[in-house]
Amino acid sequence: MAERRTLGAAFALSLVVALAALPHLLTYSQQEILVFLVINVLLVMSYRFLALTGEWSLGHVVMMGVGAYASALAAKRLGFPVPIAMLAGAAVSAAVAWVLSFPLFRMKGFYFLIGSFAAGEVIRLLWKRFRDPFGGPKGLKRIPEIADIEWGVLQVDFFNPVAYYYFCLAVVSLSLWLLWRLERSSIGLTFHAVHWHDGLAASVGVDTRRYRTLALVVASAFAGLSGALFAHYVGAINPTRFNIEEMVYVLTWAIVGGTATFYGPILGVVMLTVLNEVVLRKMGLEQARPLVYGAILIAFVMFLPRGLESVVPRLARLRLRRPGSARA
Amino acid sequence: MTELLLQTIVNATYAASYLALVAVGLVLIFGVMGIINFAHGEFYMLGAYCVVALYADLELPFLLSVAAGLVFVGLVGIATERTLFRPMRDNPLGGLVVSIGLLLILQSLATLGFGVRMEHIPPPSQAVLTLREGVGIPVQRLNVIFAAVLLLGALWLFLHRTRWGFALRASAQDPEAAALQGISMGQASRIAVGIGAALAGVAGALTAPLVRTFPYMGHSVIIAAFIVIIVGGVGSLEGAVLAAVVYAFVHTFVTTFVDGVIADIVGLLLMLAVLIVRPTGLFGSRDRG
Repeated sequence: MAERRTLGAAFALSLVVALAALPHLLTYSQQEILVFLVINVLLVMSYRFLALTGEWSLGHVVMMGVGAYASALAAKRLGFPVPIAMLAGAAVSAAVAWVLSFPLFRMKGFYFLIGSFAAGEVIRLLWKRFRDPFGGPKGLKRIPEIADIEWGVLQVDFFNPVAYYYFCLAVVSLSLWLLWRLERSSIGLTFHAVHWHDGLAASVGVDTRRYRTLALVVASAFAGLSGALFAHYVGAINPTRFNIEEMVYVLTWAIVGGTATFYGPILGVVMLTVLNEVVLRKMGLEQARPLVYGAILIAFVMFLPRGLESVVPRLARLRLRRPGSARA
Repeated sequence: MTELLLQTIVNATYAASYLALVAVGLVLIFGVMGIINFAHGEFYMLGAYCVVALYADLELPFLLSVAAGLVFVGLVGIATERTLFRPMRDNPLGGLVVSIGLLLILQSLATLGFGVRMEHIPPPSQAVLTLREGVGIPVQRLNVIFAAVLLLGALWLFLHRTRWGFALRASAQDPEAAALQGISMGQASRIAVGIGAALAGVAGALTAPLVRTFPYMGHSVIIAAFIVIIVGGVGSLEGAVLAAVVYAFVHTFVTTFVDGVIADIVGLLLMLAVLIVRPTGLFGSRDRG
């Protein structure tokens, strides 16, 4: 037991060191991709949080957009300091999700999927239609970045991808820790019950609707936070950035990685980003990206429906069996 | 004002006709297989590109190109059923994901084959039929309306007057009971997806000279078709046709008298309202999946 704990601590420590060292081993453009990767990890993990209750949404990327727009407007129009604006963005996302939960949770399964898509499209069309304050089809530009820090020796310019990477890494790690705590609490267990036995859960007095709403609101808040992180780094957002195509990418990450474990979606988004940026870009096949994603989606659903995460224990067992095969 | 009103009615009828073709195919596939085909808009797009390749590029007769579109997309549908949909029968999430995968693949193939640019297709007929002073309909649009009525009539006869039609309706109503009666589910699925895809393909082929033909043209069509099948009640063919008419009229009128984006919003809100109040649709009675 104690041995395992040391092993776990050693693993955690090496992970921290690796994540801290990582940007210094990359080129400038790879550092930028790394920033997006960290933001996408938060996006797909918040998506998984909703999936815990068994509902699959097609409006999650729009909730990311709600956070992005709200945070950008809070900083630009209302003059909020950027970190406060980001929190405001997450809060607005949560509030919009709470309002949407009333119509959407009258539906389940496939109807929820279509309903969430429709609700998302309505929000996207509102951004497109109302030039003031959303900027219409061209979106918002010149979104303020985080103010530079200049405390004597400590000088940080958040326009630099490495600095922004560390900032995102801190925000995302904290968010993931919160999501992890929630999942491991009795709330997470209730989500499990709502997913697999909602009738039974309701019969023992669980307000399943309330738990579904909680999952949607929390998931949307973190999606909104990821959108805010995105908006203040890129500096420009528009309705197209949050369309169904982007949603399909999130869906692909979740399906490729799997959603049963905490690390599954992270595995999915990391693997596909590497495939995207390293393999496809090197081979000059970026045009074929949707083709590759489509083929991957189909292949995984047909042949590995539980995702890459289902391969990991098998690999681990294989590794363990080798020295111990005489015993078995 | 009367002219504008009448003209809008004419335009809405045209929109309803090709939308009904697309939506009926979608309902047929869902009814028999329990799968919502997200790639249905891409079947429509493939039909349009058949016309681009055969009529605009090779200068074959328009009617022949449309027929080729119907057959080709029908065959694509049959191949899709065998390889992708059959393993996902009655697995809504799996079916959703494979059809999204297919959507991405077909879009990429169209982009790689024809480029992302909009295709210019010279309309086979420039004639405009004048109904009265200030109200007219291009013959090309009129042909779409005729073709839709003809094809939907033929489909109705097929479903209500032939053995295979009975088999198809039985499989949609109760797959297990149908299978127990000796109906081959594989065969029923193949026919349903084949016909459904062919209808989308022919709608795309017929409207290719009238709309903007480009690899992502399926997007707006699939959203409209989703609204139609939800409002009509998933699984109800008659409901889909009626809902196509309702939606086309609402959308065309709001577009004409307010603006296009508001019309899209109204359409989506209509669907949300139906989902909230009566999830089985205005004309549907059954809930599947």
